[in-house]
Amino acid sequence: MKPFDILHATACALPLASVDTDRIIPARFLKRSRAEGYGPCLFHDMRLDENGEKRPDFPLNRPEAQGAEILVARRNFGAGSSREAAVYALMDSGFRCVIAPSFGDIFAANSVNNGLLPAKVSESDAEEMLALLESGHPSATVDLKDGLIRIGNRSFAFTIDPIWRTKLLNGWDDLDLTTSLTHEVTEFETEDATARPWLTLG
Amino acid sequence: MTEPRTLFDKIWDAHVVTRREDGSELLFIDRHLVHEGSFLAFDKLKEKRAKVRRPDLTVGVADHYVPTRNRDSNAIAPELARMIRQLDENCRSNGIRLFGLTDPRQGIVHVIGPEQGLTLPGLTLVCGDSHTSTHGAFGTLAFGIGASEVAHVLLTQCLWQKKPKKMRVTVDGALPPGTSAKDIALSMIARIGADGAQGHAIEYAGSAVRALSMEGRLTLCNLSIESGARCGMVAPDETTFAYVEGRPFAPKDGLLEQALAHWRQLTSDADAAFDREITLRGAEIAPTVTWGISPEDALPVNASVPDPNAVADPSRASHIREALAYMGLDPGQPIETIAIDRVFIGSCTNSRIEDLRSAAGILAGRQAKIPGLVSPGSHLVKQQAEQEGLDRIFLAAGLEWVDSGCSMCVGMNGDIASPGQRCASTTNRNFKGRQGPGARTHLMSPAMAAAAAVTGRITDMRELLREQAR
Repeated sequence: MKPFDILHATACALPLASVDTDRIIPARFLKRSRAEGYGPCLFHDMRLDENGEKRPDFPLNRPEAQGAEILVARRNFGAGSSREAAVYALMDSGFRCVIAPSFGDIFAANSVNNGLLPAKVSESDAEEMLALLESGHPSATVDLKDGLIRIGNRSFAFTIDPIWRTKLLNGWDDLDLTTSLTHEVTEFETEDATARPWLTLG
Repeated sequence: MTEPRTLFDKIWDAHVVTRREDGSELLFIDRHLVHEGSFLAFDKLKEKRAKVRRPDLTVGVADHYVPTRNRDSNAIAPELARMIRQLDENCRSNGIRLFGLTDPRQGIVHVIGPEQGLTLPGLTLVCGDSHTSTHGAFGTLAFGIGASEVAHVLLTQCLWQKKPKKMRVTVDGALPPGTSAKDIALSMIARIGADGAQGHAIEYAGSAVRALSMEGRLTLCNLSIESGARCGMVAPDETTFAYVEGRPFAPKDGLLEQALAHWRQLTSDADAAFDREITLRGAEIAPTVTWGISPEDALPVNASVPDPNAVADPSRASHIREALAYMGLDPGQPIETIAIDRVFIGSCTNSRIEDLRSAAGILAGRQAKIPGLVSPGSHLVKQQAEQEGLDRIFLAAGLEWVDSGCSMCVGMNGDIASPGQRCASTTNRNFKGRQGPGARTHLMSPAMAAAAAVTGRITDMRELLREQAR
């Protein structure tokens, strides 16, 4: 996984609360394989109308949002379904960081597992960032080491679980570590088989 | 002296394989449920040419894409058939037990886990589905995970987790007649918000929770995720043990005795600390419905839709405006005046036998004014309902009685509402487009959905109960 340190990029404001993973990627697109890519499905029904035409008022469709790698939204971003495709859709569209006052827990975990940074800010800071982005400052710098976001000459602190921070900074993949711990897992299984013999399904 | 621990701590601690310097812990997973959507994780395994570490603890269930109306192999849409076949192949090639489309025990993963005795107290259980919190009804540490984590569990039977905070939700007193676990859950979510329990593991306690059947507890724990919680659980008690005993995969005889002795320890110590405590009064719970586009947009049926102009918080006001525009509702409109186009009774939230009985209780001897779908949670629930004659009540009322699956809760199998259609639904999410592009969802209990079917509008089912009593 690609390590995350500093990101300076175009940022897009999505001034909506509770943008759930069904809206990030509707269920009907979940049959796709990872190789097919999920970029075209991102915010599909918000981005396009019934005829497949771009909705001009949707923030991601505006010219200044093209190439955005940072998204700023309101509270409870990524709530709902555990579909990791929500993260794939964001990343396949070029996003590397989502900034919001709160995130669905599973979405946040999925993000970190794919190298997408879920940066948590206060509600008032989110509102100020949304306003700044919409008033002609369409880019931001996100520094994971310092825990700071800069837009124009304003600076905002963000939080992320320290475990997740380390993981993102190093680009670690859990799986590499766990497979090196096979011995410990086997030991646990052996002891547990005696302690809880009713566990097996045969 | 050992520190007092919560139920959650006890199960968590018993599953820690090892601890990392950064504080995250490697948990052993006792049960891993996979479904058609888990293909992304199996693909990762194939890439690595790796094997499933514990196929014996992994169980496959076809539910997300299964048709509910016609299961003839010729009639199934090719893209659905492909998803179902993909699961069959992934399970077969890895030696995983499968409850596939044609299995007489097929059903929704969160219904058949408990039904088959796969879900037991004290276990860790995961599934690539957010409503895995359902299984917490047994005092099981159960939570939903994403595809990367599914792949991790397939490969290692373990998962790195950071311990969430703990929250206790206590509901005391008796629930008023006609209210159910669904109403407790929606009331709680309305109060704390759809992100109110983020980062927390909930334990439900109190006399109203103790009085719930296993079906009710499953509904309550199922909806934990809609409050943002990582999981929800109820300490196991005699109700739990009576339900578990005799289930096909539950321990028997000597093993059951041994298990019971262990399970009886699974309660929070009297002075165990919770990071957050919430109390609800059972007597104040009313039949509750959602009016908006998030489960937190819920109100008692006798209330009126909020007016964004009367809300001080600009972010909340903007959310209400967005919700009312999508839902086609007027500010201040009484909820009981909302006309409904169709009903759906089913999903991992409310499709168990008790749910069907409660809906049938309202529909018996009545006609539905609008079309609707009733999808039992499993083939075995369907059989039982038919033995009790519930199917005849639904059919006589004019509703469709179909096979089991996720169906209209998520619409992946093609069971969807049309754009603009308003559905009274016993499901768990009223998100924009959840039941199909442009579809409008009002969440409610099975009895309330049945009442909406009878009148064609959102209706306080207590009125129909009173009518029946006269």
